[in-house]
Amino acid sequence: MAQYFRNIYETIATVLIGMGVTFRHLFTKSVTLQYPREQRELPSGTRQKLFVNIDDCIGCLQCEKACPVSCITIETIKAEKDEDLGETSNGKKKRMYLTRFDIDMAKCCYCADCVFPCPTECIYMVPEFDFATYDRNDLVFRFSNLSDEKHKELIEREKAKEAAKQQPPEAN
Amino acid sequence: MDPFGRFLADLIPLFNDMPAWLAITITGLIAGTLLLVFMAVFALFAVYLERKVSAHMQDRLGPMEVGGWHGWAQTIADAVKLLAKEDLIPKNVDRILFKAAPMLVFGATTAAFGALPFSADLIPADMNIGLLYILAVSSLVVIGILMAGWSSNNKWSLYGAMRAAAQIVSYEIPIALSLLVAVVIVGSLNMSDLVRFQDGTIFDWIFLKYYGLGFIAFIIYFVASLAEVNRTPFDLPEAESELVAGFHTEYSGMRFAMFFLAEYANMFLVAAIATSVFLGGWLPPFPVLDFIPGAVWFVGKSLFLVFIQMWLRWTLPRLRVDQLMYTCWKVLTPFSFAVLMIVATLIII
Repeated sequence: MAQYFRNIYETIATVLIGMGVTFRHLFTKSVTLQYPREQRELPSGTRQKLFVNIDDCIGCLQCEKACPVSCITIETIKAEKDEDLGETSNGKKKRMYLTRFDIDMAKCCYCADCVFPCPTECIYMVPEFDFATYDRNDLVFRFSNLSDEKHKELIEREKAKEAAKQQPPEAN
Repeated sequence: MDPFGRFLADLIPLFNDMPAWLAITITGLIAGTLLLVFMAVFALFAVYLERKVSAHMQDRLGPMEVGGWHGWAQTIADAVKLLAKEDLIPKNVDRILFKAAPMLVFGATTAAFGALPFSADLIPADMNIGLLYILAVSSLVVIGILMAGWSSNNKWSLYGAMRAAAQIVSYEIPIALSLLVAVVIVGSLNMSDLVRFQDGTIFDWIFLKYYGLGFIAFIIYFVASLAEVNRTPFDLPEAESELVAGFHTEYSGMRFAMFFLAEYANMFLVAAIATSVFLGGWLPPFPVLDFIPGAVWFVGKSLFLVFIQMWLRWTLPRLRVDQLMYTCWKVLTPFSFAVLMIVATLIII
């Protein structure tokens, strides 16, 4: 009989204690972040979206070779001897026109192996991770900044060179 | 005529010129419409409140997007979604019972609402056996639940329905006995008489009378009413982790919405009975606060009890079936009997 009343007393007491706990939590600050509007700062080593500072790129293809999943595609055209493409920010001379520098983030495995070999430190990861799209092709990021006319002109020049190589100069 | 009819006749003099049968029909229709609107609005609000209370008790935020300010339109959007959903009836169900069950549950709840004393004037049906009527009509819900579970032809539904029947039928006894305490004190089953008896200050309310016995009766009623409306810790009939969704496993769309609406309306119903029987109904706690209308007090007190129901739900785990029966037959029923006997003896003395 005593046990019976003790059980009832304990039930009521523990229920009240539990209600006290939940009531306190009713007024504590919630831990939720309203995601798209509030974002947590990620740790510095986080590997996220790749970015190329194309002005510093010398077209050495080191990153393309390092990529284990071949998500980087680079096409270059050699500059003429009299053309000056300027220098990179760490003093290297640029010798290549970059007609194409595409990174397919759909394929990227976020290993950051392309970041380390770059001699001019122009490919790196930027703190941006929410770039989902409806079309997989939208995940191919194009970094080449040549204008269309320049691009066409370079391609034609290259074709002409190619043609010149194929046909040996006529004896005159 | 009912107080509500007199109230309407005062408001619109046209009612006095009508023949009695027409006036009664129109007042009934108006009262029914108002009650339906009240139930729907209350259910929307209560679902929103429940989500917010549960979220904040778990240090979350709950719905925050729909409608702008703290997601206030979330439940409206959900209700519209439920209305627009396909009406799906499984192939092997008993179609007639399957369709009738939500209507019966909803209808029984609405019918019980008719006798609630919202304020001195706002009593849709002021019967001399109001309390008995409410208890009798709201017991019909268990038949609806049993119909839903059995006709679904699904083992989870059947388990849920069986548990609901066992639970509700058992818990009706402590509910009736604890309400009888108040009935013995007042000497009437009329809902407005029960409230009028408690006129005065908060210390005249029945839950503070008879040396704490009123309070014990109130607590017994409150605990048993949780089981009556299948709320945690007594939510065995729809225990998600064991029975998928219990008796309404096979229901979707509008029919599910009706069960849901009835469930939340039932929460308000039991809170409203507790309010009018134990907590002074539409009366303010002190006569000074008389300027606030009675309906505000009534709905406010009931909402407070609904909040406590939610508070308990997000605090306590679910009971086992044997614990549920133990609580009812070995604790609540003897205690309510004892309280009833002592109060009756005190009254005779």
